[in-house]
Amino acid sequence: MSPAPLLRLAARSAWARRLTLGVTLVAIMLSTALLLCVERVRTDARQSFTQSVSGVDLVVGARTGSVQLMLYAVFHAGAASNNIDWKSFEILATHPAVEWALPLSLGDSHRGFAVLGTTPEYFTHFSYGEHQTLAFRAGAPFANVFDTVIGSEAAAKLSYKIGDKITLSHGIGSANLLEHGDKPFQVVGILEPTGTPVDRTIHVSLEAITALHLDWFAGAPVKGVAIPQDLVSKFDLKPKEITAALVGLKRRSDVFRMQRFVNEFRGEPLLGVLPGVALDELWQTIGLVERTLFAVSVLVIIVGLAGLVATMLASLNERRRELAILRALGAGPADIFLMLAAEGLLVTTLGATLGAAMLTLISAIFAPWLLEHLGVLLVPRVLSIAELYLLGGVIITGMLASLVPGWRAWRMSLADGLTPRS
Amino acid sequence: MSAAPAILLDELQFRWPGQAGLCLDIPRLEIAAGETVFLHGPSGSGKSTLLGILGGVAVPQRGRVCVLGNELTQMNSGARDRLRATHIGFLFQQFNLLPWLSAIDNVLLPCTFSPARKARATGLAGASHGVRAEAERLLSQLDLTSSHWLKPAAELSVGQQQRVAAARALIGRPEIVIADEPTSALDAERQQIFIDLLLREVGASSANSPVGADKTALVFVSHDQRLAAHFDRTVDLCEINRAVQTEARMGPA
Repeated sequence: MSPAPLLRLAARSAWARRLTLGVTLVAIMLSTALLLCVERVRTDARQSFTQSVSGVDLVVGARTGSVQLMLYAVFHAGAASNNIDWKSFEILATHPAVEWALPLSLGDSHRGFAVLGTTPEYFTHFSYGEHQTLAFRAGAPFANVFDTVIGSEAAAKLSYKIGDKITLSHGIGSANLLEHGDKPFQVVGILEPTGTPVDRTIHVSLEAITALHLDWFAGAPVKGVAIPQDLVSKFDLKPKEITAALVGLKRRSDVFRMQRFVNEFRGEPLLGVLPGVALDELWQTIGLVERTLFAVSVLVIIVGLAGLVATMLASLNERRRELAILRALGAGPADIFLMLAAEGLLVTTLGATLGAAMLTLISAIFAPWLLEHLGVLLVPRVLSIAELYLLGGVIITGMLASLVPGWRAWRMSLADGLTPRS
Repeated sequence: MSAAPAILLDELQFRWPGQAGLCLDIPRLEIAAGETVFLHGPSGSGKSTLLGILGGVAVPQRGRVCVLGNELTQMNSGARDRLRATHIGFLFQQFNLLPWLSAIDNVLLPCTFSPARKARATGLAGASHGVRAEAERLLSQLDLTSSHWLKPAAELSVGQQQRVAAARALIGRPEIVIADEPTSALDAERQQIFIDLLLREVGASSANSPVGADKTALVFVSHDQRLAAHFDRTVDLCEINRAVQTEARMGPA
């Protein structure tokens, strides 16, 4: 028998129960959107973390643990136990396999934000995410010694704009830091948000770091010696030491050879780390976030499906009589099954599709806010393959869930026999 | 070919699961093709159970149930469903219309589940008219005017719903029509009118049938014995069901 008349009947029956089904539809829509949202934040949080640097082939620092090196070189958290000699950096930078090398000098801060001393090339070579380079929201890279470029989050939190004067503190943290009060910096550039530690960084030139510490010795200003800001250019501002370096290679295939070169460096003990691998490792160690989000995802699925089954069971009494009548008029189990499955498929597919559409819309609206305030970079997209699988899972589970009450209804309709009670 | 009886029960015994005593114990009941039978039984005499067995929903533990020569106990549930859909029209006490479906679509419901019944209904209307025309003809015959045909069943009066239910039982001219207390919701005058209509339709289908074709048998179940006079024969379920007699004998004196 052609199923068309049966499906027409199922459609009319569904239309007659449109209010109950509407509630079910909204429940499925919301739980689908929530599930996809949590999953998307989870994968994107991981992604924006593990892609805090990209395009960098090697992170080089004094010999320490790879996680610790990543922590201070990329996240500017914690302090380096040792520095790299400038001569070592120069040897590295001029190695034939190296295309570019960016020196990083850390140790100062400004109102809780890390200060990074580097070269102007940093703004052209550093990249994150899918090889996105840094972009300026306003201004340009630093040209003078006491120029600074600040990350978006630091600029927003401290309400800085181009032309503002700021002073740096010696050391990291917030309590009782000594100020470099005599040498203020001028904000010349503000970066676009990236969802990486760059947003929370104050960038200055490498020479500025040297200049700040000309009249310092062993972590404190030397008493009676004060070199005014306008005289620092008379001094040799070439750094003696840097904290770490980011290295880009001409050919990626050289990376292991180069890593060996760094690790067996003769001048001093150095460590070279592949940032992708190390970031992944680091994410694993702080994987609590991801596991928590995953647990939330699972809870969302359970709650959503429980709601689905609950609304389906609630509508069961409505259907009990209907199914008994259809059975009495000759509908076989296969006919009943087809009707119930068609309805379940329609409602869950429609609900899941609307949920995905809702999420796409909402994430498009809220992506800038999320990046600004939570530092999570939502990649704009319709649906990823993994999300399609998830969506398929929701539809299949929803359909199965809708068959459970259906199966119960069918058993009841058999028991009701040919004299269904009203 | 001599037609098989519409319904034949032979040494039938049925017990509901979990109950000690038999519910039905009927040595023999035969209803011929085209016969109209008034099946009388007070509540508790096993009426609903017997209808369930005839419809193929309940299966007896012992004995034979033959519907149009088909041994129900030998068939699987799918085959019983098909037999019910194709050859039996049911008319229920509460009419059991789908409230959200129009009158005419309610009448057409059995044709949705049975292609054979649909084919017969189409044949009756003539190939050029189709199955819908047959439903319209039946509704007209049962004095339901065309202005009501497309209304949802829920919007019809009790009397109108009852006639829609009757048309649904009769569509495609099934060999057996089983009516379970279809008049209990009506007053005496309307009961009379309805039974006349029903008998006329059943009779018409028998009279119009070519010689040798199946005739429509009517089993009319009611506890109201005043209606018995309209039918070919009266069967008292209390008399033929030994389970009830046993219970009566063994009950409190």
